[in-house]
Parts: sequence; C-alpha cells; structure tokens
Amino acid sequence: METDYAIIGGGVVGLSVAWGLLRRGRRVTVLDGDDGSFRASRGNFGLVWVQSKGMTQPRYAKWSQHSASIWADFARELADTTGETVPLEQKGGYDLHFSEETLQDTVEKYEGLKAKLDGDYPFEVLGHNALRKEEPHIGPKVVGAILHHQDGHANPLKLLQALAADVRRMGGHLLTGKTVTDVSKPDGFVLTCADGTRVDAAKVILSAGLGAAQLGPKMGFKAPIRPQRGQVLITEKLPKLINRPSLIARQVDEGGIQIGATNEEVGTDDRVTRSGVSGLAADAIAAYPALARAQLVRSWGALRVLSPDGLPIYQQSADMPGAYLVTCHSGITLAAVHARVLPDWLEGTEAAPDLEVFSEARFAVS
Amino acid sequence: MERFDLAIIGAGPAGMAAAREAADLGLAVVLLDEQARPGGQIYRDVERAGPVRGDILGEDYTAGTRLTQALLHDRIRHIAGAVLWAIEDGFCLSYTQDGRAAQVSADRVLIATGALERPMPLPGWTLPGVMTAGAGQILLKQSGVLARRAVLVGSGPLLYLIAAQMVRAGTPPLALVETQTVADRTRALHHISGALRGWRYLVKGLKLLAQITRARVPRHTGATGIAIEGSDRAEAVTFTSHGRAHRIDCDTVFLHHGVVPNTQAARSLGVMHRWRRDQACFSPVLDPWGETDVPGIYVAGDGAGIVGAKAAEHAGRLAALAVATSAGHLGQGERDRRAKRLRLALDRERAVRPFLDAAYPPCVEALAPADGTIICRCEEVTAGTIRSHAKLGCLGPNQSKAFGRAGMGPCQGRYCGLTVTALLAAANGRTEDDTGYYRIRPPLKPVTLGELAAMDDTSDGA
Amino acid sequence: MKPVSPFLELDETARVPVTFDGTPLDLPQGANLAAALLVAGVDVFRHTPVSGAPRAPFCMMGACFECLVEIDGVVRQACMIDVTAGMDIRKAHEDFRGAV
Repeated sequence: METDYAIIGGGVVGLSVAWGLLRRGRRVTVLDGDDGSFRASRGNFGLVWVQSKGMTQPRYAKWSQHSASIWADFARELADTTGETVPLEQKGGYDLHFSEETLQDTVEKYEGLKAKLDGDYPFEVLGHNALRKEEPHIGPKVVGAILHHQDGHANPLKLLQALAADVRRMGGHLLTGKTVTDVSKPDGFVLTCADGTRVDAAKVILSAGLGAAQLGPKMGFKAPIRPQRGQVLITEKLPKLINRPSLIARQVDEGGIQIGATNEEVGTDDRVTRSGVSGLAADAIAAYPALARAQLVRSWGALRVLSPDGLPIYQQSADMPGAYLVTCHSGITLAAVHARVLPDWLEGTEAAPDLEVFSEARFAVS
Repeated sequence: MERFDLAIIGAGPAGMAAAREAADLGLAVVLLDEQARPGGQIYRDVERAGPVRGDILGEDYTAGTRLTQALLHDRIRHIAGAVLWAIEDGFCLSYTQDGRAAQVSADRVLIATGALERPMPLPGWTLPGVMTAGAGQILLKQSGVLARRAVLVGSGPLLYLIAAQMVRAGTPPLALVETQTVADRTRALHHISGALRGWRYLVKGLKLLAQITRARVPRHTGATGIAIEGSDRAEAVTFTSHGRAHRIDCDTVFLHHGVVPNTQAARSLGVMHRWRRDQACFSPVLDPWGETDVPGIYVAGDGAGIVGAKAAEHAGRLAALAVATSAGHLGQGERDRRAKRLRLALDRERAVRPFLDAAYPPCVEALAPADGTIICRCEEVTAGTIRSHAKLGCLGPNQSKAFGRAGMGPCQGRYCGLTVTALLAAANGRTEDDTGYYRIRPPLKPVTLGELAAMDDTSDGA
Repeated sequence: MKPVSPFLELDETARVPVTFDGTPLDLPQGANLAAALLVAGVDVFRHTPVSGAPRAPFCMMGACFECLVEIDGVVRQACMIDVTAGMDIRKAHEDFRGAV
C-alpha cells in the first residue's frame, strides 16, 4: 500500500492530524492498535483547557489558547460532515481552591504569565460567595476559585468517533489491529507490522502515544515520554449540578459527574485502586457535598503520555527526514490546532507555525 | 482489617459447600453474599420460603437447607447483605453493607458468583412487564408472588420448571413460546449416552412436561420473529410458529434461553477467559481444582461454566480441598483421596449437559438481534449501532463502548457484554476470543461517593 | 398503577405503610421491595435518563439495575431492599426528565 502519509497511532492526536492532511488532499493511511491497547483517547478527562498550561513556557500557553479559540469552529465542521454533534461548552472553567494561600500563589503566577502574553489571559478570582452564585452546590470548604474564560470541556469520545468517521469519509485508510514493529527508509518509508502488513509512505508521523517510546528511537527520535496514571470516576446520570468544569469535577453532556484525576508514577499499571478512588471521592465531596449521595458507576485508570516538561513534542527526525514525532498530553485541547494548523508545519508551507520550542532540542542528550 | 484464610464470594451452592468444607479442614472463612439470607438464586431464601411453599417449589429447592444450615460453624463468618465492589491484590475485598463501606482480607479467594440469565434482546424486551424467567422464579421463591397472565418465551429446562411451579401454584402460564426446533432435538440425540448417565434429570424433565401438558398450557415450538408489543408496558407477545402468525395478549413475559457464567469479579482481576462454543459464552480458564491463572484466585460453580446446583456443590468442595492444601491444612495425598469421590460425582452431574446444551440451544434471533433492537438496556444502544462501530474500525467491545456507550451504564455490561462481543465478532469476521470482552473494573456494583470518601485515609481533609 | 395488579401474592403478612411518589401504600413488612411494589400495582419504577423510556424490575437478583428507586435521596435497587415502615420511595432520576 502506498500513501503520502503513514500515521502510526489512531488516537485523537493521530486522527486529528490525519483529518487535517486529508482536508488538504493528501493520501493518508492510519495504523491503529487493537481493543486492548493503552488509549489515552478514551480515558481522558475531556477538558479543552487553557489555564495552568505553559506557566514556564508562554508559547505553550499560546498554542493552547489558539486551539481553544478555533475548537468550536472545528467541532462545527466535524458535525456538519459527519452529522453527529461533538458536544462542546466553552463558558469558562475553574481552578478550585481550599485555602487562601494556594489561591493567592496561583493568582500571582497567572498574573506573571498574563504579562508575558500581552494581557491576553482573561481570568478572574471569585471568592466563596461569588462562586456560590455561579455554582449553588459548591461546598463551604472551597474558599474561592480562579475562573478562566478561555476554558471549557468537550465530549472526547464523540470527538474520537467523529474523527474516525470523517477520516474514512474523506478516503483515509484506517488499518486496525496493527502493531508497527519497524520503520525503515531505503528510499521512501517502509513500515512493517507484526502481522506482516507493509505500508509504503512518503512521510511518516509517529503519534502512537506511549508506543512512541519504543518506536521513536528506531526512527531517530529521543522520544523521552513516560506514562503517568490518572484514575477517573464517573457517577450515575444526575440532574444539572455543576455549571462549569474544574480539574476536580465536571458534568458531562450525558449527565454523569466525571471526577478526576490522580497523578501516579506507576509505570504501565492502569488499574484503579481503592485508595485512589476514595481519595478522589473525598475531594469531589469537599467541592460539591451533594455528591456524597451519588452512585459511582464506573472508574478507570488511564495513562497520560508525558514528556519530561509536560509540553508537546513536535520534531522532524534528523536521521530520517520526513518522519515526524507528534506527541502531547493534551490531545483533546490541542485537537483543533493539530487538525488545522499542524499540517502547515508538516507540509512546510508559508503558514507553518514556529514550533521550535517544542522540538527535542530542549532535552539533554541522555 | 480482619484477615481470613479464605474469602468466598457468593452464598449459593458452590460457595456454601466450599465454606463448610474449608471450615471443617480448619480454615478461617469469610463468606460474603449480597442477599440478606443464604442460598444464592437457586435456593433463594430457602430457610424462610421452604417451609411455606415447599410443595410448589419442589424437593430440589427445599434440599438447599442442608447447605444453609451447614454455614453455622465457628470458623465461618457469613457477612450477609454485603455488596462486593472491589477485589485488590493481597487480597483485599471492599464491600458495602447497610450503607457503609468495609473491607476484609484473605490469603485466597473463591469466586462463586454463579450465573446470570443469558441476555435475550428481542424487540420490546425493555418494556415493564418483561422479566427473566429467573426473576419469575425468584418472585415465587422469595416472595410468593405470581404473575396472573404470563407467557414464557425461549428455551431450556428452567422454562419447564417455572411453568410447572406456576401450574402447581394454581396460576398456569397462558402459553409457552419455545424457540427450539425438532432439528435441535435430533442433534441432541448424539449426546444421548451422556444424557442417559444423567437419567435422573431426564425423568425430572419429562415429569415437568407432563404437568404442563395436563394443565393444558399451550406450547408453541420453533417460534421465530418473536416480539413483545406494548406502549408503556408489555401487552402481547407476537411470533410465528409452524408457519402461522400468533399474538398472545398478556401482562407479563418471562424470557429465558439459558444461563451464562457471571464473570464480572473474575474479570476485574484479569483472570483469563475463553469462549465456549458448546455453551456460547465465556468462562474462566481453570486448573482441575478451580484455580485461575491468577494465583490464589479460584472459581467454582456456574461462574466457571454452567453445570447446575449439584455439580456446583462438588466443585466448591474441590476448590476448598485445594485451598486447604495450599494453606497447609491438608496433605496432598489426603486431598487427592477426598477429591476422587467428588470428581466422580461431578462427572455424573455433568453427563447430561451436552444433551441439554444441544437440545435447548440459545434463541438465534436473540444472539444476533435485528439492527433496531436495543441490546444495551442501560444506555439504550441498538444492535445496528454496534455493527456500525465495526465499520468504524472497532475490533472489540472496549472501542465500541467508547463510541456508543454500550456497557457504560450501571449494570456494567452484564446484560449486553456477550451480545456486543458476538455482534462485533460476526461483523469483523473474527472469533469471540480475538474480539474479547469489556475490561471490567471496580466498582463491580455502584457504590456512593460518600461511602468511598469515608474510607479515604490519604486526604488532608481538603 | 393498574387497578388490578398483574401479580398476586400467596401469603398474607403484616403490612406497614410506605409512600411511592407520595402515594400511600401498605406493603408486607420485610418483603422484597421490588416484589411488593409489583404486587401493589406499581408497573413503572422509573424512566431512563437516556430516552425517558419506562422501566420496571427485570432480573430480581441485583444484576440489571432496572428496578432503581430513590430512597432518602439515594438511588438503590428495589430488588435488594426489604420493606420497612415509613419508607419514602420515589421513581429514580425522575428530576432528570425535564433535562432530557
């Protein structure tokens, strides 16, 4: 099989890029894993989030803001072409605080970032009473919140499904149940899979999440990514209880309250634990006491795809020009720029964004 | 946290028999069960209902008191009304009782969670008034409650048992709508030698059929195109039998086409399961003692593959022997000597199974439902939607779950899991084993966030 | 609720007052709540939060979660609860219906 782009990884990152390339008339083949693969795309928290991103790297904050600002239009286009809505709500989001001290600390950091962003960082601080007007179910232990107006949340599974459907509709080839074992470049690229499948491509994009850690070095990347476990809970469907999302809890469009998430360095163990789950439940109840009576219906552990500094990696291989590493932790937030802007960088057009700060040059040689 | 030599999940025949056997061998046993009183579903509430309704329910039911009474033993701690929601390494078992979460730990765990009704997705099966035949039996056993105008739909011996019990109770069903065909019966004759070894079951079956016939309950066999009609509740069953269209008005429909292992607890531990073609379901892979590929985790009874109550009892005892030996309470020689008798009895009980499985196969149109039929009751997902997921590249149920929410509701896939696997396997042209099953995670049953938070020992009280 | 229940019960037991969606009912003390409500003529236990479709007990063994009712603000399985005097029972997730 011959294609312009072979994309390794059919999660939200790989499919967003595939979608963008297909829109530009490129031939695309996506190689996806199987039902049991680690899939951050189906385990994530679904935020389209700006605040707290790029505190030490304003370019990342801007990149996230850019994506958030074009997300609604991107979602609308997907809905138009697939006939299925991708639920999105962008009316701001909270960073909830249980102490004045942490609230003040964070506000100071946000002010610093705001200055570096020429003032484009629209947030406000809500004290408990002001917050209570917005969120009648907020608990007395919450002293206040930072409301950031560029934040929001989406249905990440509907996004994944819409991308999968639209990539097919546009003629993209989706090969499922594939494990890419080797990538070589005798002339063009040759990808070999565990089951013997061979794909010939002019260019290759490695967006295989954690899988990039094994495959990356073979393609000349450092690919210094590691898994970090996040346990997530979801309750029975409830009437409207939470207005805006926060990192602690959000109410999804189907009605359940999603509660997140732990940050655990436990390798590829993606199980849930009693202690993880009860800790999350306690935090959620502290924020929204009415949740004490809600039934927990499901919980899961998913593995974040993290670089050492938490920022995305966009890197063309020096050993194999035409091979690109595209990986990030925030595949949902960045879906819109990955679909609409990143293809310019891959294609080397005049509109290509400057992504130098996201290259692997920032990682010391190990 | 209290620690035991053995934790047993489920106080049905396998769990109860295992508990007593292990306790007699000197082990400290904790028996967790969801119901207020022991018995499982087969002997549900037998201590209360046996004396009152023994004549209707029959000797096979009242015999259960032999097992429930054997639970009175110094080394057996029976925790009733305990809803288990997590088993973690070590093994630590978290459960809810009376609105409070609690934990026990044990060196070894025997999962004896029995069977579930095989999901029977037919048009209209979500309407009020449609229940499983097992539910009909439970209503009768535990509560002495009978449906006045019921139609029984499906196939299998349980259908005849409940029909006969309804006859004895004076409210015979309006009709039996049976999906098995004459061809099924002919095929089953290949297994007749085994069936004859289990002749007691055949005699019982014939007696049940005689009672049903005497009560003039109409039987429609080879039924196809079955649907339950009604707007807000079941009003009628429609179907075709022997070339004729039928419509039977009724208030209640009891569905049944066999039972399947309840594998939720074992799957939550990552126990390996394999598809069983003969019973069209997954069952855990076990060694001859019932131990799984997760050391220290055992499965016995119908949860290990459908065998029936008597066989479950023997399998439970076998697992208890193995647990006692690995805990140092019983020498291997003595274990093997005792096991010999149990294995003979187990073989005798199992002998009739191939005949029954062949004579009463699952209803074909419920195994591969029409596109418009709801297959996930909780999230109201249709068979057609699952097939469309296969077209989008979903190889297995976890991908399909992410796309369409089948299996995300409170029943956690118990009544759609096998259907989704079968639909994806057929659509993708792959085997059920390759297609796989939902990843089952805690909570095995929903638990309130308040109960969970009360167990939190990490929080600073934020 | 139907004037005549599709279900009948064989035993006579002492009854206690409860309410279902505010309507007073006398149910057998200690009986299985789902069974007792069925006999009392309750044919819809709840409406689904997905489409609003009516649902009632299906498996009677705690596996299907169709018989969900709300008691003291907590959604529970009626088939796993015994009747006690004074229970305030409501259809589960009923306040969700407006939102669907």
